Amino acid sequence: MTDASEQSATEPDLIDELLAGKHRALARVITKIENRSPGYRELVSRLHEHTGDAQVVGITGSPGAGKSTLVDKMANAYREQGLTVGVIAIDPSSPFTGGAVLGDRIRMASNVGDMDVFFRSMSARGSLGGLSTATTDAVKALDAFGKDRIIVETVGAGQNEVDIVRTADTVAVLVPPSSGDDVQMLKAGILEIGDVFLVNKADLDGANRTVMELQEMVRMREDSPRFDPGHHGAEAVPDAASNGEDGGESEDDWEPPVLEAVAKTGEGVDEFLDTLDTHHEWLEATGKLEELARERYAEEIRALLREDVNRLVGTELRNRGGIESYVDSVLAKETDPYAVADDLLEPLAECVEERRGE
Amino acid sequence: MSADGEQEQRTIRCLVAKVGLDGHDRGAHVIARAFRDAGFEVIYSGLHKSPDEIVQAAVQEDVDVLGISILSGAHNTLVPKIMDGLREYEADEDTLVIVGGIVPEDDREGLKEAGVAEIFGPGATMDETIEFVRENVHERE
Repeated sequence: MTDASEQSATEPDLIDELLAGKHRALARVITKIENRSPGYRELVSRLHEHTGDAQVVGITGSPGAGKSTLVDKMANAYREQGLTVGVIAIDPSSPFTGGAVLGDRIRMASNVGDMDVFFRSMSARGSLGGLSTATTDAVKALDAFGKDRIIVETVGAGQNEVDIVRTADTVAVLVPPSSGDDVQMLKAGILEIGDVFLVNKADLDGANRTVMELQEMVRMREDSPRFDPGHHGAEAVPDAASNGEDGGESEDDWEPPVLEAVAKTGEGVDEFLDTLDTHHEWLEATGKLEELARERYAEEIRALLREDVNRLVGTELRNRGGIESYVDSVLAKETDPYAVADDLLEPLAECVEERRGE
Repeated sequence: MSADGEQEQRTIRCLVAKVGLDGHDRGAHVIARAFRDAGFEVIYSGLHKSPDEIVQAAVQEDVDVLGISILSGAHNTLVPKIMDGLREYEADEDTLVIVGGIVPEDDREGLKEAGVAEIFGPGATMDETIEFVRENVHERE
């Protein structure tokens, strides 16, 4: 039997097996997604029609905020509600070797031997763009598998987190107490994406102050029209206008609540989960859930297009003898990078124009 | 090529596991780090895990390599349990299982019959272990 026929025989099975609830198939599909193995796009394509039922929560926050511990307790609480859970935990990888120690699983102590909590570690594997694509696709796999709740746990605070949590319907930002400076840092990116804030380790000194600081910041954000589509009719951003729901604006608003928890003991976790549910109901009621999905799909199409065009150009570059000879010419001042880019893209542009002309 | 954003990125994934009562994990840490530096993705289980937990982790993480570190002498009971668990999920065939730690000569044959690919005792070097993994990791489509 040839490799090709063997492959075409196994690949469709993999999705069938995944849909039939086989954990190994789910794990294997995620691996193929991560590795970008040949045929992975077809797999993800086939998953699409089976997605859309899971509630996706993103958990982010600075390193040491207690994300993994919280996720463990969340998974446990969801299981007690009779829900199945998928977790994707992202850890950094070494920029030098590509290696990584994926350490979040170690804290998943409450769900021992329970396959209905499917926990998967993912490493950043160098490329950030690739990571968010892989994360989105892995979420699809878990969703199609039938997980009720999917938790995406990110590395730590940073600009790249913003991309990853776009996968989620609800984004929770975890803040440890007494992190005045951290909070300042959060202002720049993470604060803007939080739907719920959770001050973890609330039994420590300084928790109250952190809660107050966060509340203040949330209020500041509310006052700033830029951060809040749907707020204030008059000076609203275009997004809000296209929403077309200017009536009942105050009801449409979501003011991110600031909650407290001690993830280690499980204190405050139930209330936190209730808040996540409330946010999800709000998303549904206001039509924002669909809006989010639309944005996500648009972004996904754009990302795929970028990837494909990139690959197309890469192939063209290879066919023309690789980038080095171009670099040589640029160094020798015979040409310049802009001219090279124009030159390489010209045939592509021509093709596109020709087709459009037809 | 930098313009190519979609090349396959095959990365060896490895679970470093501590099973049972044995509470010494210095060796597991060292090997986890060495694997990381070799470019592997390493998931460390943490101490005192049951065979079930290790199986759950190995299956969900879809690891290429399962490295079990045992110093307690309980390998004859724990390792076969893990192998049985992997078999249950049809994960035994393409997971390379290696054991590190203190394993008496007499026990080695039994472990290998249970499906362990290699046993690395006190004299084994990191390079040797990494080399073995690179050479024996199962090809996957």
